[in-house]
Amino acid sequence: MKMRIFVPRDAAAIAVGADDVATALEQLAAQRGLPIEIVRTGSRGLCWLEPMIEVATPGGRVAYGPVGPEDVASVFDSMVSNGSHPLRLGAADEIPWLKRQTRLTFARCGVIDPRSLDDYRAHGGYKGLERALSLGSEAILNEVTASGLRGRGGAGFPTGIKWKTVAQAKADRKFIVCNADEGDSGTFADRMIMEGDPFLVIEGMTTAGLTVGATKGYIYIRSEYPHAVEAMNAAIAAARRGGYLGDKIGGSAYSFDLEVRVGAGAYVCGEETSLLESLEGRRGLVRAKPPLPAHHGLFGKPTVINNVLSFAAIPFILAEGARAYADFGMGRSRGTMPIQLAGNIRQGGLFETAFGVTLGELVDDIGGGTFTGRPVRAVQVGGPLGAYFPRALFDTPFDYEAFAARDGLIGHGGIVVFDDGVDMRKQARFAMEFCAIESCGKCTPCRIGSTRGVETIEKIINGERVSENLALVEDLCNTMKFGSLCALGGFTPYPVLSALKHFRDDFIPAPTTLQAAE
Amino acid sequence: MTAVYEPWDETRGADIIAEHSKQEGATLVILHALQEAFGYVAEAAIPMVAQALNLSRAEVHGVFTFYHDFRHKPAGRHVLKLCRAEACQAAGGDALAARAEAKLGVSLGGTTADNRVTLEPIYCLGLCATAPSAMLDGRLIGRLDEKRIDALVAEAQR
Repeated sequence: MKMRIFVPRDAAAIAVGADDVATALEQLAAQRGLPIEIVRTGSRGLCWLEPMIEVATPGGRVAYGPVGPEDVASVFDSMVSNGSHPLRLGAADEIPWLKRQTRLTFARCGVIDPRSLDDYRAHGGYKGLERALSLGSEAILNEVTASGLRGRGGAGFPTGIKWKTVAQAKADRKFIVCNADEGDSGTFADRMIMEGDPFLVIEGMTTAGLTVGATKGYIYIRSEYPHAVEAMNAAIAAARRGGYLGDKIGGSAYSFDLEVRVGAGAYVCGEETSLLESLEGRRGLVRAKPPLPAHHGLFGKPTVINNVLSFAAIPFILAEGARAYADFGMGRSRGTMPIQLAGNIRQGGLFETAFGVTLGELVDDIGGGTFTGRPVRAVQVGGPLGAYFPRALFDTPFDYEAFAARDGLIGHGGIVVFDDGVDMRKQARFAMEFCAIESCGKCTPCRIGSTRGVETIEKIINGERVSENLALVEDLCNTMKFGSLCALGGFTPYPVLSALKHFRDDFIPAPTTLQAAE
Repeated sequence: MTAVYEPWDETRGADIIAEHSKQEGATLVILHALQEAFGYVAEAAIPMVAQALNLSRAEVHGVFTFYHDFRHKPAGRHVLKLCRAEACQAAGGDALAARAEAKLGVSLGGTTADNRVTLEPIYCLGLCATAPSAMLDGRLIGRLDEKRIDALVAEAQR
């Protein structure tokens, strides 16, 4: 029998050599005359073990990692003989880092072939849509609302309410838009799911369309994600061939189709109204709200615009019921969150778990601290617009409200770890600089404030009138926070103010030691 | 792997524009397609896009200049993008970017005098758990260290 070997085609795995490993495996198998089948999967999300490859055995899949091209020969021998190997990790499903997760959204990611509709269906795919088709719009809305799902892009708006608003709107056309402009540094969950389980996103969007009465959807993917673009396009083509997109979906009376649109390197287009402008072919200028996109969205029509992870959560909720999802979590944060551990971290990757896990558990226990081996000094949670938290706040549970209560945000679930080499003045300056580079320019606090912010922080770094300039930065941050149109200008103060608050020592020059006069 | 682009040609440009102009909100789609073919968006293409989409030249120019991706002239033979966002900063990306700048003798955003390499910052490739990261002519590279960045720079200079 042909040996089946699974090699990820996830961009992060490719970036550390997965393609070379696949090629080496093929060559080696040909040389040895042993027939093998290489299945290119997504990533399981244990990024420090990438490339992590697996072999199918009668007892389940056995993993090896990190496998470099130079390890391929010996790993292959171990696969053939089922013998020991230093890189052998044992049964993939039993790896503790995976086993302690609650994978609802990422259940299939890294397991199935993301190009195969059959594989998706064989692993429970399209069960949610099948149930949705039998339920009808109102019952679907009840399920989504009861699940407690909140927008996973960062704002945390209840998905059920958003969908209901669009469902009730009267219009000749409505749209479903997937925000896949995942620009936050430290986040890659959207990318992983699009590359590893793209049909899940399609199923979630199709369900949204069915619910609100939309027949066309767009997935707006950032241009920095060429592999995700390719994966989504391939999956859309396969779904069309399989009767899951186009006319009469799954034999129903209902039609829905999807199109991928590619961004062009503007961070602000992750803001939903800017994204809609960009989709319409214009500069990504933020729109003032109201009107909400639910009433007046793409091309002026009622539009559901959700993050990739929000759509990706839908099939589970419909297949297993709202209760099964809402049973996880804490407070008003229901269900699971795919958390991304990044930066200077020993065990970085995708960790999906119920809300409520503490920041300290995530960084120290699950993440294993820094890869440099130095103490963790700061973590930035929620991307470039998220606050920097010191160790003193590591008891904060991962929950929308708990982070907000401490002047932070969970955003899209990215955690970037810094060791004690970090200079928080530099990070505060960068936050302003990034805002200045990426500001759409529509509102003054963001456009001008960010540039003035860079200048003033530079003065502080140069030791010019430090206390006055610190007060000025704080004042400027308040203006940006309350006066900006969108989260770019409005949230840039989070990293800046948190750096000032929690790492004050970095901003105040050490008092000059006076030599005692003899 | 150097991308091979066609020299700007008005007829070919018009064909590309016509191919996409029926889509709703086609401006970005067309600009992407033009850049994919020619490596940049020629000044002469802007009024052509405007006419095809019934927009003003200013509107198309405005879109073209808003987005970081679009080039008004060809890049160097190789494009090396270094991720400069927080996760890569946390993993030592600052020093590696400075090293690449020094080796190439250009700042981020610049092209070497021999036109071989364009060095650019990129804000997040989504490889934040295998940082620092780079992209050379569309190929992704993670877990950069001094040795790897030197090899990338050398490869780009060839």
